[in-house]
Amino acid sequence: MKQENQPENRELRVRRIQNGTVIDHIAAGQALNVLRILGITDRSTEVLSVVMNVSDRKKDIVKIEDRELNPGEVDEIALISPDAIINIIRDYKVVEKYKVILPSEIEGVVRCMNPNCITNTDEPVKPRFTIHRGDGVELHCMYCRRIITDRIADFLI
Amino acid sequence: MVCLENGNIERLVHYFLIHENDYIQVMEGRENPIQHIINIQSFSRGEIDRILDRAAQLEPIAHGGVSDIMAGRILATLFYEPSTRTRLSFDVAMKRLGGNVIDFGPTEGSSVAKGENLADTISVMGGYADAIVLRHPREGAARMASEFSSVPVINAGDGAGQHPTQTLLDLYTIRKESKLNKVKIAIVGDLKYGRTVYSLAHALSMYNAEIYLVAPDQLRMPDSMKRDLVNKGARITETGNPDDVIGVVDVLYITRIQKERFPDPSEYQAVAGSYKITEETLKDVKDDLIIMHPLPRVGEIDPGVDKSRHAVYFKQSFYGVPVRMAILSMVME
Ligand SMILES: [Zn+2]
Repeated sequence: MKQENQPENRELRVRRIQNGTVIDHIAAGQALNVLRILGITDRSTEVLSVVMNVSDRKKDIVKIEDRELNPGEVDEIALISPDAIINIIRDYKVVEKYKVILPSEIEGVVRCMNPNCITNTDEPVKPRFTIHRGDGVELHCMYCRRIITDRIADFLI
Repeated sequence: MVCLENGNIERLVHYFLIHENDYIQVMEGRENPIQHIINIQSFSRGEIDRILDRAAQLEPIAHGGVSDIMAGRILATLFYEPSTRTRLSFDVAMKRLGGNVIDFGPTEGSSVAKGENLADTISVMGGYADAIVLRHPREGAARMASEFSSVPVINAGDGAGQHPTQTLLDLYTIRKESKLNKVKIAIVGDLKYGRTVYSLAHALSMYNAEIYLVAPDQLRMPDSMKRDLVNKGARITETGNPDDVIGVVDVLYITRIQKERFPDPSEYQAVAGSYKITEETLKDVKDDLIIMHPLPRVGEIDPGVDKSRHAVYFKQSFYGVPVRMAILSMVME
């Protein structure tokens, strides 16, 4: 990952944060969904910057100060943005940098889009999906077998 | 291989054949050795062949033989929506094998009618019965039930989802009355809402079938399903006109076309008219063509066809008994 092109490096440098997380290479247009996953609302106190449609509409970037992500949050980001890169910043330095990894299975994260699915009832069962990567990300419901291919963020619980 | 009387050696051989399979099953899924029947997609061709072989062995019993394979065993049926034919077919299969059946249906005053959830009902039933047959209006209900059940769950239809015993009896009929390998089959009618069509096409593709999907525009199979079938190796051709294919196929599989699917009654009349199978339709078909229908029919096949050598739909319905016998004996033995 050292061969990052120059403009991107500059971008990181321009808005440097002391401690926190920079989520880079978010699929264009998904930054607001990333905030939703992180539970950030208009009442949140985190200092953050959101850059959308950078590099000719190819990606979004989210920077949050004084916050590191938990593995569950990273998994959810992978669902809507499988190429996202997480940078952990401490004392102005990138101390860790990794690409999100799409989990092979998720439970209780996304609800099934099929209204007639058993997971959309009062039964004590959490929605579970196996995850496949074709052109985009595909979620296959393990109960009704319905496949969710787009607008996954709309179904996040 | 089946012991109609006191064939003790046969019984012993039979026992070992079955338990060899059980052993494999247990080794493969140690934490959950119970064998549920949830969907046809989870079966390999070899596993389907084994079930159909077993059904063939048991068919004499379905014709009125006597057996005690399931003696002392109790099957529970739990139907959240009526399907008398399927329920009775399981009932008969179990009783012909010498077993007992209890019905947990949502009758007045029962815990089910009082709104107990499926998970609780299944947990309770596992204490009473050796296997559970479940019919439920929600897709995925059988899969969920299997997670709560201490005994095998057999899916007898969940919503528009799966109905694996119907698919298996369809395969048995094709194997017995025609040929399963490389069969040319036209599946005709409602391919959009028909619950069994996708599963049948999927299973047939394992046998290298040539599948013709014949449906009016309003009832064509959804593209996502077609793509999925093609990805799994199915050979599919689509047409809106039954006449295109009726002369070349080995099997004509007719499904119900329901009036409710058409916003305009005259549209329904037109489709129902052009899709109706009559003696006239069958003038130029292959000699050994068979006509199947999951029944009940609502006018898709003229009663005049019933006497023709092509009509196998009543046999098909009967084959539900040996096929369900095979499944019951496999999950409970
Ligand atoms: Zn589902």
